[in-house]
Amino acid sequence: MNKNLTAEEKNELVNPKDRGFTQRLATATDWRTALLIPALAVLTALIIGVVIIMVTGSSFSDAMEAYKALLQGSVGSLRAISETLTAATPLILSGLSVALAFRAGLFNIGGEGQALIGGMFAVWVGFSITGLPIYVHLPLAVLAGIVGGAIYGFIPGILKAKTGAHEVITTIMLNYIALRLVDYFLKTSIFQREGRNDPVSKNVEATAELPAFLSSVDPALRVHAGLFVALAAAFFIYWLLFRTTIGFEFRAVGANPSAARYAGISVTRVYILVMMIAGALAGTAGAGQVLGVLGRATPGFTADLGFDGIAVALLGRSNPWGVVAAAILFGGLRAGGQQMQVSANVGIDLIAVIQGLIIMFVAAPALIAAIYRLKTPVASTQISKGWAS
Amino acid sequence: MSNHGSEYQELPVESYTSGESKTKVLNKNKVRRARAIGVILLILAGVVMFILAPAAEGNATFGLSFPDDRFQLDALSVPSTGSLYILALVLGFLGGTQFLKGFQSKSTMILGISFALFVVAVMIWATAGQEFSLISMLVSTIARCTPIALGALSGILCERAGVVNIGIEGMLLGGAFTGVVMGSLVGGWVGLISATIVGGMLALLLAFLAINFRVDQIIIGVVINILVLGLTSFLTAQVLVKRPEWNDAPIFPAIKIPILGDIPILGPMFFDQTILVYGMFGLVVFTTYMLFRSRWGLRTRSVGENPKAADSLGISVAKTRYLAVIYGGMVGGFAGAWFTLGTVGRFDEGMTGGRGFIGLAAMIFGAWNPIGAFGAALIFGFSDSLQQKLALINTPIPTEFLSMTPYLVTIIVVAGLVGRARPPAADGQPFEKQ
Repeated sequence: MNKNLTAEEKNELVNPKDRGFTQRLATATDWRTALLIPALAVLTALIIGVVIIMVTGSSFSDAMEAYKALLQGSVGSLRAISETLTAATPLILSGLSVALAFRAGLFNIGGEGQALIGGMFAVWVGFSITGLPIYVHLPLAVLAGIVGGAIYGFIPGILKAKTGAHEVITTIMLNYIALRLVDYFLKTSIFQREGRNDPVSKNVEATAELPAFLSSVDPALRVHAGLFVALAAAFFIYWLLFRTTIGFEFRAVGANPSAARYAGISVTRVYILVMMIAGALAGTAGAGQVLGVLGRATPGFTADLGFDGIAVALLGRSNPWGVVAAAILFGGLRAGGQQMQVSANVGIDLIAVIQGLIIMFVAAPALIAAIYRLKTPVASTQISKGWAS
Repeated sequence: MSNHGSEYQELPVESYTSGESKTKVLNKNKVRRARAIGVILLILAGVVMFILAPAAEGNATFGLSFPDDRFQLDALSVPSTGSLYILALVLGFLGGTQFLKGFQSKSTMILGISFALFVVAVMIWATAGQEFSLISMLVSTIARCTPIALGALSGILCERAGVVNIGIEGMLLGGAFTGVVMGSLVGGWVGLISATIVGGMLALLLAFLAINFRVDQIIIGVVINILVLGLTSFLTAQVLVKRPEWNDAPIFPAIKIPILGDIPILGPMFFDQTILVYGMFGLVVFTTYMLFRSRWGLRTRSVGENPKAADSLGISVAKTRYLAVIYGGMVGGFAGAWFTLGTVGRFDEGMTGGRGFIGLAAMIFGAWNPIGAFGAALIFGFSDSLQQKLALINTPIPTEFLSMTPYLVTIIVVAGLVGRARPPAADGQPFEKQ
């Protein structure tokens, strides 16, 4: 293990340009790396998407039809924009969750499980307490989501800090465990709706619902107050990372844990704290879904938003405002994907493929540079240091 | 872990996170670990004594033979309450001794034995008053350990060469999908070969991005998983739903090896399985030999441990890594075929259910050694088939909790409760020729 660290340090000495993903993200001020590469990544992914649609037996015009539906479903009308923002809201939060962990050199794949647990806490507070005014009940329910996510984020954090268990494996396993916990609890008398045999929770009280603030314009506009919670979270994370001592410690650990340790930063504490805040963010995302969109919990109600958070964080280059922009783009893909499935009969799973391709191209800017013959010097991203770190 | 004496004791525990604990072992930490294990064992003993034993009634009967086996063994019937109290006493004795004196270097082994005893206790408690076909559970343990062992093998091949492969799950899923489509269209063998090729192609993508573009290997792995999950789900919804005949592959039959297949218990377990299971045994043995006894293996391991030194000796780091990763990917694709061609003959979205990641845990548990990983995969296969079979008989444990066991075991394993091994030194680090 010591050998590993010295190898890293040597690499640092020999090749100072190769500073690691998080470090370079923080210094990526060049507009090409910040905007051009992501834009080309999205474009390339969409082009490959056409090829995939055509492989399944559709014609080129069918594929164009599908993309037209995608565009219409995401920005084509006020309702579409509302749907895009509704879908973007949890993605901002889960993207921030992954981005914050990236900054500290951790890879949080557990957003899914954290959102599930946070959502279950929120839905429980949402239906079990009655008679409170909305300005007490709603914050309480959101807070429950934050706490639930933080608890579930604490587990991989402490495992990483105390035993060195790699967070990638532990968080993935915790995702599967969370899915089954939700399945179990939705069938217990605490959660299950009266008179139902299928796993579905009781409905959240009206006083715990995140209000749809545009419903007075048109009741079909679903965009809800969770959007402001998410934007506030983005501001908070920006402030935390770049304006506080704790944030500096997070970034120092992300840049080089052994150097941070010698500088007197408690890496143990940082790992636990980062995973708890990351879990809290994902938990808020889950809470927003049950309190703002669904009104109840069903098995797997988070619908992969934890995984989409990874794509959002990578595309947003782990910058809180970049995450907001990337989340709105992916929200548009999700909302448009629904439309695409309905009107062009192209399955929504294509969106997952496009997202995967976007992550790949963003993580491998050299690939994009090679395809489009860009002259910008681009290095690939490095966040992991193998199993040992 | 060796005892380095007490001169390190003054140092704050704080500074010994993850990595360092191996090189600078604290006496205090050692004592604490021994105590912790002792407490765990005492808790297990308490659970057996006060929760399981009072709740058990009647005899627990375990079937040891299938009805059509040539040599029949009588079903094993044990009085549940009595045997549970005995097990509780043994666990309590082990826990007490561990807590007070510690078993020193044997404490990991004691921990393993105690867990095994506890599992036996749970099985007796769950089957109390009923009959449970132990033999069919053992047979399915071997079958279910197959994709996990092969997944671990895939990871070992990549990581011994210094490339982290998180994309095993995607390779399994890709293999499962290709296997079923080609198997339905042409036949089982073509399906198996195509699955292997697709695994190799996914690995080629990993190698290309990791070696040529030096992309973060964990990100590539995640990308492979997302891409394959998305693509197979998309194609299932778009194509297979309309053409169910493309999603209906022949299943490889179990082939009984003459004479050996008639041995009681061991026969059905090891010598009456499908070609995929035999393939797994063959690949584990072959890869172990190749990695540790051949020139290719020495080169591969050297590239994973110290690529600079290997390079200076004239070994092409890139070429060696490419070969090992592609071999690993092909093993992953072969493993994927098990899910469709080895079991049900049809593909469902996301049907691998995290087995690729469990394979990764088996790789770590098995200390990056194929034989060790196979042993670890057996444990996972056991917990996998145990939860499946316990769900069939009426146990008081909810099925959701039973199905959590493989994932919980994985977390316990990677958390190093059962001892930690060293990964290849250059694992996950891109190499740039100077």
